[in-house]
Amino acid sequence: MKLAYWMYAGPAHIGTLRVASSFKNVHAIMHAPLGDDYFNVMRSMLERERNFTPVTASVVDRNVLARGSQEKVVDNITRKDKEEHPDLIVLTPTCTSSILQEDLQNFVSRAEMDTQGDVMLADVNHYRYNELQAADRTLYQVVKYYIDKARKKENLPTDKTAKPSVNILGISTLGFHNQHDCTELKRLMADLGIEVNEVIPEGASVHNLKNLPRAWFNLVPYRELGRMAAEYLESEFSMPYVDISPMGVVETARCIRKIQQVINAQGAEVDYEEYINNQTLYVSQAAWFSRSIDCQNLTGKKAVVFGDNTHAAAMTKILAREMGIQVVLAGTYCKYDADWFREQVSEYCDEVLISDDNAEIGDAIARHEPAAIFGTQMERHVGKRLDIPCGVIAAPIHIQNFPIGYKPFVGYEGTNQIADLVYNSFTLGMEDHLLEIFGGHDTKEVITKGISADSDLNWNKEAKAELAKIPGFVRGKVKRNTEKFARDRNLSEITLEVMYAAKESVGA
Amino acid sequence: MTVAQDQPSALNFECETGNYHTFCPISCVAWLYQKIEDSFFLVIGTKTCGYFLQNAMGVMIFAEPRYAMAELEEGDISAKLNDYEELKRLCLQIKRDRNPSVIVWIGTCTTEIIKMDLEGLAPKLEAEIGIPIVTARANGLDYAFTQGEDTVLAAMAHKCPTEAPQLEAEKKERNAVSSLLNFGRKKEEVQQEESEYKDHQPLVLFGSLPDPVVTNLTLELKKQGVKVSGWLPSKRYTELPVIEQGYYVAGVNPFLSRTATTLMRRRKTKLIGAPFPIGPDGTRAWIEKICSVLGIEPQGLEEREAKIWESLEDYIQLIRGKSVFFMGDNLLEVSLARFLIRCGMTCQEIGIPYMDKRYQKAELDLLEKTCNEMGVPIPTIVEKPDNYNQLQRITAQKPDLVITGMAHANPLEARGINTKWSVEFTFAQIHGFTNARDILELATRPLRRNNNLKELGWEKLVQEEAKV
Repeated sequence: MKLAYWMYAGPAHIGTLRVASSFKNVHAIMHAPLGDDYFNVMRSMLERERNFTPVTASVVDRNVLARGSQEKVVDNITRKDKEEHPDLIVLTPTCTSSILQEDLQNFVSRAEMDTQGDVMLADVNHYRYNELQAADRTLYQVVKYYIDKARKKENLPTDKTAKPSVNILGISTLGFHNQHDCTELKRLMADLGIEVNEVIPEGASVHNLKNLPRAWFNLVPYRELGRMAAEYLESEFSMPYVDISPMGVVETARCIRKIQQVINAQGAEVDYEEYINNQTLYVSQAAWFSRSIDCQNLTGKKAVVFGDNTHAAAMTKILAREMGIQVVLAGTYCKYDADWFREQVSEYCDEVLISDDNAEIGDAIARHEPAAIFGTQMERHVGKRLDIPCGVIAAPIHIQNFPIGYKPFVGYEGTNQIADLVYNSFTLGMEDHLLEIFGGHDTKEVITKGISADSDLNWNKEAKAELAKIPGFVRGKVKRNTEKFARDRNLSEITLEVMYAAKESVGA
Repeated sequence: MTVAQDQPSALNFECETGNYHTFCPISCVAWLYQKIEDSFFLVIGTKTCGYFLQNAMGVMIFAEPRYAMAELEEGDISAKLNDYEELKRLCLQIKRDRNPSVIVWIGTCTTEIIKMDLEGLAPKLEAEIGIPIVTARANGLDYAFTQGEDTVLAAMAHKCPTEAPQLEAEKKERNAVSSLLNFGRKKEEVQQEESEYKDHQPLVLFGSLPDPVVTNLTLELKKQGVKVSGWLPSKRYTELPVIEQGYYVAGVNPFLSRTATTLMRRRKTKLIGAPFPIGPDGTRAWIEKICSVLGIEPQGLEEREAKIWESLEDYIQLIRGKSVFFMGDNLLEVSLARFLIRCGMTCQEIGIPYMDKRYQKAELDLLEKTCNEMGVPIPTIVEKPDNYNQLQRITAQKPDLVITGMAHANPLEARGINTKWSVEFTFAQIHGFTNARDILELATRPLRRNNNLKELGWEKLVQEEAKV
């Protein structure tokens, strides 16, 4: 047993449902107790979805516990088949069905005989996989199912498209800024003269999956979702894949160069260098931004980065390599893929943290006292408590992270969005000046070890009034610096004199 | 309540497949940990439970809540790890970090399936670590949403002290509400105030309500000379009310049937079966019933109710003659429908997760009476509804307002159907005369909003015809 208040990645079935409900006309049936269909609420609220979420439950209740599901699951599958005529029904196990150990595969085989559409069982064990791993597996499973089916029917197209073309793998519902990223990637491909063959799973029809091998290569923009499917397609059809996330100026260029190499190997004869150069210098503002005076002020500022593998790694590189910011700590909650993360970021940050315990991360942030945090909603709240600004870069996310406006994280427009996010998260030039007046901004020693921002020191009336005059956004820092100064000298009351002594001491 | 349940009734009850959307009953920790200030809720379940709570409670999570998951791992499921030792380790950690007056264990689907004997482990561990442990099985196998509170309160009913302590001072301390009302007054004044109450058998109310609502309902009864000896639950676990054999008890919420049964059978109290104090009609009926059982002639209730109705007129104008459809997910449906019908609405269907016809008898009678008096058809009550079928009926009947969960609200709005998110009714203050306006504020909000947008001409925002 583990005492837990918060989790970064959801349970396995959420991943399966994200993939299943991303496809067009695919229905998921959960083998779950009443109340486990909370996924529908999340999709309806967070994505502001206009359509009913194609997920229902085959409810596990006392009767099921006593007698087994018997006909119930089969009935629910055939009923849904008649009501909505989905192309595919995905039977989704949950933590409950993992323990019940019913033979769900048997239910699927029986239901299949009476349904128009296809039926499959998502092969995800609740106790072995989390949301992200399960999503990756389910996507692979669906792709494999339809490739096998086409092979059996002998209607698997074997020719490649005439022009260079790509499948984009891993765009899904409830993914962080996925919709905007997808638009941006399509735009990028159009610029490069590459046709988009298929985008899966978002908006895709399972009938088109047999066309996947027609593309020249696969693009997997996220580390967490799509790689299994890409590896499968590579082993079956020798299709190369590009898994460099085009996030940030340098990585986008690296991704495009890799694409160039991959399609030239198949006879495309393209040269994207001029495109990269043009985009970097004039379309993306990020390269210019990092040369500008504003970004100069960010030099050497401290930041903590935490999130999923894709976004935390990309963000760390952008901050360190493109903006000259000191990443004191980069971390991920994708423990199952920790080696990759370490390899990606270790040269760009002082310390790597692999953990899914939010308290550990909160304390690490308190210890480092960075000037800004780039993390999930949890880190945003830690930042609020410690009075440190935070830019949200990864799930778990709230409704405000599903913006209506166009906000991709990938491609050249993505670099602009990230530059804004970073710049707006740090305290700005004038604030910096105020910080200098009241005593420096990088506190080098640990003040409080825990996350609690409470103070045990007594501020007298004048000092309090003086503190209140300091603009809100720097007040916390001044307060902490002064209190640290007082604590070091065993002063129990903070007066105006102490305040200014502190300022002078830190300044000196 | 025990004999009169099978009288013929014009109400039509149906039962569907139980394929409906509702919250898991463990969600009750969200409001109960706030209500019982010295408690700590430990939900013994899986990542699925944790994920639900984390998302359903939203920003509350970040305020260092007094709740946590005991997340079961594979070793717990396969009994490689010892349940007792594991729970002891976690509870000691909770004791060290928070030092609560009570730890409430919430049993989940998983603990049911692997048959973890929480009720058996609790007394042993309680003795070992010195903190009371209350065990409630609030799982999705057996219960829906608000019934979670019912299981917790039923478990707490066992923990209420059996007899009033001897000392006067202590007694005052025990009784949270009266000491709240007597706060800072001299003994003589308190005694004088005691005389404002009629002489009646002690009355304890059950159901978790926000403190302002508790004060409000307590004062409402005080006006009639009825003294509330205590509430289950109180603000603090250490202030649970004394419950002696022969006390009267009355429920304030329609989903508390297990608690009512426990109080009657195990604590030998007498249940006052009344409609629930939701809406001015319900509140008046509730007070009247309590008064009549305690042998008190109620004073000025008719005028009080009339005054409240008068003040609601602006809202009622918006909904009079309109129709409402309850998809059903929180068991407040019958009381709300009865109130809205009294406001002049018609109701085609009341979906409800579970219907205890005995505990809700008085409420059902009032619903029937209200329909007859208002001259509207009596709604069908659909127990364990089937959401898919309901959506077909909604498409056919085109109600003016659908009260539903969030899974269906946005898709229905996109199809031009006004919806009100049902969960808001469980978190808003809806009890008593004073809060009737809040119910209507909620119920009319979609109509007012959509009236404002009417001119714009984009009511249906889905491309093809609704495929439900």
